[in-house]
Amino acid sequence: MIEFSNYDILRNLLFATQWTILLSLAAFIGGTTVALTLTAMRLTRNPAMQRIVKVYVELFQGTPLLMQMFLCFFGLSMLGYEISAWGAAILSLTFFTSAFLVEIWRGCIDTLPKGQWEASRCLGLSFLQTLRHIILPQAIRVATAPTVGFSVQVIKGTALASVIGFVELTKVGTMLNNATFEPFKIFTLVALIYFMLCYPLSLYSKHLEKKFNVSR
Amino acid sequence: MLYFSDLLQYSDVFLSALKTTVELTVLTTILGVVLGTVCATVRQYGNRAGQRVVSVYVELIRNTPFIVQLFFIFFGLPAIGMMLSPWEASMIALTINLGAYSTEIIRAGLASISKGQIEAAKVLGLNFRQTLTRVIFIPAFEKIYPALTSQCIIVMLGSAVISQISVQDLTYAANLVQSRNFRAFESYLVTALLYLGLSILLRFAFNALGKRLFAYRTSN
Repeated sequence: MIEFSNYDILRNLLFATQWTILLSLAAFIGGTTVALTLTAMRLTRNPAMQRIVKVYVELFQGTPLLMQMFLCFFGLSMLGYEISAWGAAILSLTFFTSAFLVEIWRGCIDTLPKGQWEASRCLGLSFLQTLRHIILPQAIRVATAPTVGFSVQVIKGTALASVIGFVELTKVGTMLNNATFEPFKIFTLVALIYFMLCYPLSLYSKHLEKKFNVSR
Repeated sequence: MLYFSDLLQYSDVFLSALKTTVELTVLTTILGVVLGTVCATVRQYGNRAGQRVVSVYVELIRNTPFIVQLFFIFFGLPAIGMMLSPWEASMIALTINLGAYSTEIIRAGLASISKGQIEAAKVLGLNFRQTLTRVIFIPAFEKIYPALTSQCIIVMLGSAVISQISVQDLTYAANLVQSRNFRAFESYLVTALLYLGLSILLRFAFNALGKRLFAYRTSN
């Protein structure tokens, strides 16, 4: 049996943290891309489009992330689409992230007074021009703080990828636990590493929120 | 091809699993909101030390994944002498988790109550406990009720993770069934829809409760 020193444990955990960060980044990028598309669909004011977005949000906010991962990983391969744990994790986290971001951004866009849309219309701006020059610059300012805050949820969501066998921080934690039988130490360390990843983001989000409120 | 009929013979498994998930949800929702209310009150009106303790608790829980909290409680605590059954461990983990999130939410509600209300209560001779229960709590909860509802639903969905420490909840049932008949997609799809139904039901229940709790708005 291999002996694990404290240094070995920490080294392995920190190595695995890279994968947690990478997965979070991939999920966040995927999620924002899909959420942008969905937000654009919602803003077209086409009832069918809005309906699709509504069902999408309800579906992915109303089911557990873990279940979405199982569906993507085990479900899709049973249907004949081979997918790696990495792919399934990114896919399901993208669904999860985008469903929440669409709702967050909806709130931000809805806080802008309706008169802005009407005024742009009167000035002869097209839909895309209104979005590009009037709505987005203001909405982004409002949306930054909650979006940064939500990125914490994404990082925490990646922990579930350990269940489908993707080797990231939590998975390495359980593996080390099986090898060393020191669960208290290992899970404390795992929790601390997650905390060190998430807490700065939480603080930054709070800071942004304050900054925005002052400027208003 | 999809064969949902293969799931029918396992309907008992799904039903008893559904019962476990519902039981745990109801119990942890009540306990978690009570814990959150107590912590939020301490955070808002308590002394310095109390406020410090509550903030550390809230930040620690809010910035770590639920699955790690669960593993810490289930695998980590026995190592220092606290043996817990899977069911107990998940109940504690879910309650602590919801408690932290609802503390933040409820505190925002408490902060929204204008100072004049509290002063008026004092002038009328209400003591602090009476002021809390009769003047502050109901309007404070009304303000944050939608956010609290969403958070309870998120925690209910998060409870899927407790299948990992072999609590026989819905997700456990899905895994069990798919390992028996290899109908992974069907099994997980049906379970996901059951969760969707549960979250819609929970929202409905919260709305109904809210109508009763905040009836004073419409009655006069």
